[in-house]
Amino acid sequence: MDFQVVVLAGGTSKNLTPLVSKEVPKPLLPVANRPVLYYVLHQLEQSNLKDLIVVVEGKDAALLVGGWISGTFVDRLHVEIAAVPEDIGSAGAIRAISHHLTANDILVVSGDLVSDVPPGAVAANHRRHDAVVTAMLCSVPISGPSESGSSGGKDKTKKPGRYNIIGLDPGKQFLLHIATGAEIEKDTRLQKRILRAVGEMEIRSDLMDAHMYAFKRSVLQEVLDRKDTLQSLKQDVLPYLVRSQLKSEALSNRIPRAEENGNEKVSSQNNQVMVSQILANASTPSFHDLCSVSHDGSAPIRKTHKCCAYIASSSSYCARLNSIQAFMDINRDVTGEADHLLSSISDHNNIVGPSTKLGTKTTVGPHCMLGEGSEMGDKCQVKRSVIGRHCRIGSHVKVVNSVVMNHVTIGDGCIIQGSVICSNVQLQERVVLKDCQVGAGFVVTAGSEYKGESLARKEK
Amino acid sequence: MVAQKKGATARVSEDPEELARHPLQAILLADSFTTKFRPITLERPKVLLPLANIPMIDYTLAWLESAGVEEVFVFCCAHSKQVIDYLESSDWSSQPNFLVTTIESHNSISAGDALRLIYERHVIHGDFVLISGDTVSNMSLTQALQEHKERRKKDANAIMTMVVKQSKPSPITQQSRLGTDELFMAINPDTKQLLCYEDKAEYSKGFISLDKTLIADNPSTVLHNDKQDCYIDICSEEVLSLFTDNFDYQHLRRHFVKGLLVDDIMGYKIFTHEIHSSYAARIDNFRSYDTISKDIIQRWTYPFVPDVLCGNSAIRVERRGTYRASEITLSRSAQIGPFIVIGQGTEIGNDTKISHSVIGEGCTIGSNVTIEGSYIWNNVTIEDGCELRHAIVCDGVTMKSGAVLEPGVVLSFKVVVGQQFVVPAYSMVSLLQQPTQQDSDEELEYADSSSGNVELPSKLNGDITSDLSETRHGPTSELGTGGVGYIWSIFEGGHDEEWRHSVAPIPTDKLAKIMLDKDEDEELLTQDGNVLSPSGELKSDSDANDSEDGDNEGSRDDYVSFEKEVEATFLRAVHENVKVDHVILEVNALRLSYNMASVDCAGAIFYSMMKLAVESPHSSSSELHRNAADVITTWQNLLKSFLHDIDEEIEVILKFEEICLESAKEFSPLFAQILHLLYDKDILEEDAILRWADEKEGADESDKVFVQRAEKFLQWLREAEEEED
Repeated sequence: MDFQVVVLAGGTSKNLTPLVSKEVPKPLLPVANRPVLYYVLHQLEQSNLKDLIVVVEGKDAALLVGGWISGTFVDRLHVEIAAVPEDIGSAGAIRAISHHLTANDILVVSGDLVSDVPPGAVAANHRRHDAVVTAMLCSVPISGPSESGSSGGKDKTKKPGRYNIIGLDPGKQFLLHIATGAEIEKDTRLQKRILRAVGEMEIRSDLMDAHMYAFKRSVLQEVLDRKDTLQSLKQDVLPYLVRSQLKSEALSNRIPRAEENGNEKVSSQNNQVMVSQILANASTPSFHDLCSVSHDGSAPIRKTHKCCAYIASSSSYCARLNSIQAFMDINRDVTGEADHLLSSISDHNNIVGPSTKLGTKTTVGPHCMLGEGSEMGDKCQVKRSVIGRHCRIGSHVKVVNSVVMNHVTIGDGCIIQGSVICSNVQLQERVVLKDCQVGAGFVVTAGSEYKGESLARKEK
Repeated sequence: MVAQKKGATARVSEDPEELARHPLQAILLADSFTTKFRPITLERPKVLLPLANIPMIDYTLAWLESAGVEEVFVFCCAHSKQVIDYLESSDWSSQPNFLVTTIESHNSISAGDALRLIYERHVIHGDFVLISGDTVSNMSLTQALQEHKERRKKDANAIMTMVVKQSKPSPITQQSRLGTDELFMAINPDTKQLLCYEDKAEYSKGFISLDKTLIADNPSTVLHNDKQDCYIDICSEEVLSLFTDNFDYQHLRRHFVKGLLVDDIMGYKIFTHEIHSSYAARIDNFRSYDTISKDIIQRWTYPFVPDVLCGNSAIRVERRGTYRASEITLSRSAQIGPFIVIGQGTEIGNDTKISHSVIGEGCTIGSNVTIEGSYIWNNVTIEDGCELRHAIVCDGVTMKSGAVLEPGVVLSFKVVVGQQFVVPAYSMVSLLQQPTQQDSDEELEYADSSSGNVELPSKLNGDITSDLSETRHGPTSELGTGGVGYIWSIFEGGHDEEWRHSVAPIPTDKLAKIMLDKDEDEELLTQDGNVLSPSGELKSDSDANDSEDGDNEGSRDDYVSFEKEVEATFLRAVHENVKVDHVILEVNALRLSYNMASVDCAGAIFYSMMKLAVESPHSSSSELHRNAADVITTWQNLLKSFLHDIDEEIEVILKFEEICLESAKEFSPLFAQILHLLYDKDILEEDAILRWADEKEGADESDKVFVQRAEKFLQWLREAEEEED
């Protein structure tokens, strides 16, 4: 397939402090003891999309990510690493690497996507419709702890968060409207023009834009060139393309045209063509036809472009690691309900890794993961948690709904609930943590108790 | 224990009994409470107007009877006597299982009033069908009723079921078919609950708003633009009491339906029932009169078609959709074209061509007459050589020889068109003078009932002839020699409506205009978003639209959108090398349409230029300066053409200050340099700069920042001036 894949891996995201640091940029955050980037790359490999550009914010992070990729996917993927400055937005990142793009179609995937939706299906859907953009939509994940909903969980489960407001045609093929970000809280404003063309539009608030897009390269590059105010693919470029889908003159000179100045004339001509086509075609072109009418032949310039949607089936798993809550959720899900993401991993990794040592009367519950070389003392309890490699855990320790990364030392009698413990952290005896994040290398002194706090070393 | 049990069983048995006990009732509103059929409705109620030679109300009543309704309350207001007389003389008053009762009112001015009056009479018990007397349908009510009742059992708040139908699927025909306003409905796809009903959507706006709570409550909503409201409602008793509670509800849709949808305290719900294969439509205006007549002739409304409704074989159907009454006199050489209806006792002369038309009873049509797509009612005389295209001709009209009706003409009762006279397109002609008091469209709605009611019955029942002889002197000239009648002038605002609503097909250029309107919509929306408008737009058209918008908003908003427009124009000029002269023209056009002063133009253009400079890539302030210099050099002629006097130049400086303070702070260190540049390029004169500095003299300290920045330059200017002196 003539597809190039751009993986926007990000860098040191502010949302995720103190989890990310210079040593562990966002793409390398462990999800079930594997860097989150692994899940995207793995899916791409499965779909036979092997021509990749991984875009990382920041040079140092790029080196780290590049090192990991070349170590893990030795010859299986053809990967280029591109470092871009921080905070230039996803559209800026594409602009920055624009000269690397050569294929007809570009698949842009966010590096923090953990999903079992095959990217190949999105790409194929894109090709089939000859679309300008195809966006992957998935059901809104229900955030928050799914069963231990004692505190605050009730509100969340009652009202699943709304991420996007999405308008679809009756066949659910085309994307007719998309609202993101702050627009969601306002009254929705729908374009009558598109509505008229389609006749009926389904408006869904239970779908989420998963940040996996297939773009036609020429269009993407032209839009980015022309509209340098566009910052983000998700919030600017996609809505712009969707909004202008019935009126894409702005894009039409991707076929280089001589009569640039005659723009006004051309568009009015276009109108006449369209009207006459409608008049001639009394059996009324549907939205579909309207699109294709301008495609095949008679009209010299494309009047419309197609924006398609690929809706992942509701049973598939799809989540983005863009907040600490999401980090917890994904870790829990990947070891729990979505464990098929793990089972396909090539180098066999058990739920309880090799050469671990468990003390007497220590229980590791279901949906847990214990990385290789970790040791636990007596009478410990681990429930719905992920524990990394080479951790040393004392006796009488309780770990519930938490993520413990690698090389963590936990003293006797600690109780850890709903927390994230980063690598090389030392928890001394009888520490009690609830809903905390502990940054890498931090030392929690004996007997201290924290609730809902974020602990990290001061930056030097 | 026993008593309780008894009570329980009694209640159980009561329930089905209660449902069964009430016969299905219907309320038929024999008054449209609109003026769309004027001038005809000044003399005859709309429900008695013939549709393929049969009064409209007969179609409605026949359908109600076939749908299982047992009792109909006919509410009449305008020309109530005519309606009552008609019903009494017709078969409807003597049907065994179909009781038609009339309710008369003289002071109702809306459907709301009518329903309030009916509520006071306490005649409705249980669910009823609400319909107006101008609706043609052949749908079966069984399923809709069943759905309605089941919903009611589950949810007492589900008080109404609206019947909707898929309309023709092309964006053009949706509007043009029935001539109705564009309708947007939001429906929950699972429950079929109606969530939003938008019929009087403003044309000028390119978007439709949905309330955020609506989307929050419904994960999936389907917004329809392709449905047509059939104006057949199945209502529960509560509907009547709701009208009484909300005494300001007038219009069924605009007030009642929207009121219920907005009101979330009472929690009443409206549902929709979609029909697919059967027919239902309401005659709202002349265009739908035309469309529905054709549908009837083509038998979409079967069994409610002329030959069946008349019974006893008075009308025969022949090939090519020709309906002929038994006793007509037809010349051999006449060409009777496809899809026509000819009523009893009509005579048609030699070489006359008739197609796609309805001709009433007792008409006399001469030789060499051409009739196309027209509706000719009873006892009309058309002399030789007349031409009629897409016209409505009421009872008793006389067209003298050689008269011509252009498309869209309506001749009301007993009008006489003079010899060889050409009635211009879309004219409304009546013996009655046009009512003088012209309110807005909304106010006029019920006027046909009130004004018509007061004066007309006497005229109609009394001696029309004497009345006619009076009027005969006056209007002769308006309709040619020997003509009788007034041509109504089209009131303002109705101008747009005339082609939308008339019987004549919509001309091609109007269709093109509809398409263009849609383009404009698009423009507006793009500008509403923060993205720059796409280039290559039809500037002049979108301007016209913008100005309408602007009237409603404050002048500040106006200025902002004006500035945006200018900026878009300018950017397009930059990207496409439009000549400066053209840009000047366009900006002037914008200025006129936004009602701006030329001072504003100068400011807006300067703003666009600076914005372009700041948006072009630059890494240091020196590069920015170079950018700005480039832009200013390239476009100095444009800017100069808007700087006629010193005030405008000062405005530019003030604008520049504003830019430096707000939109593009990058410029603030370059303020003095660019000011100098503008001076060098002769864009700004020294007088203007000094005047600006003087004006700022008394300002706050914070306001003087830029004066201080430019102090050196100002100093230099002053010295130069002194030297000259």
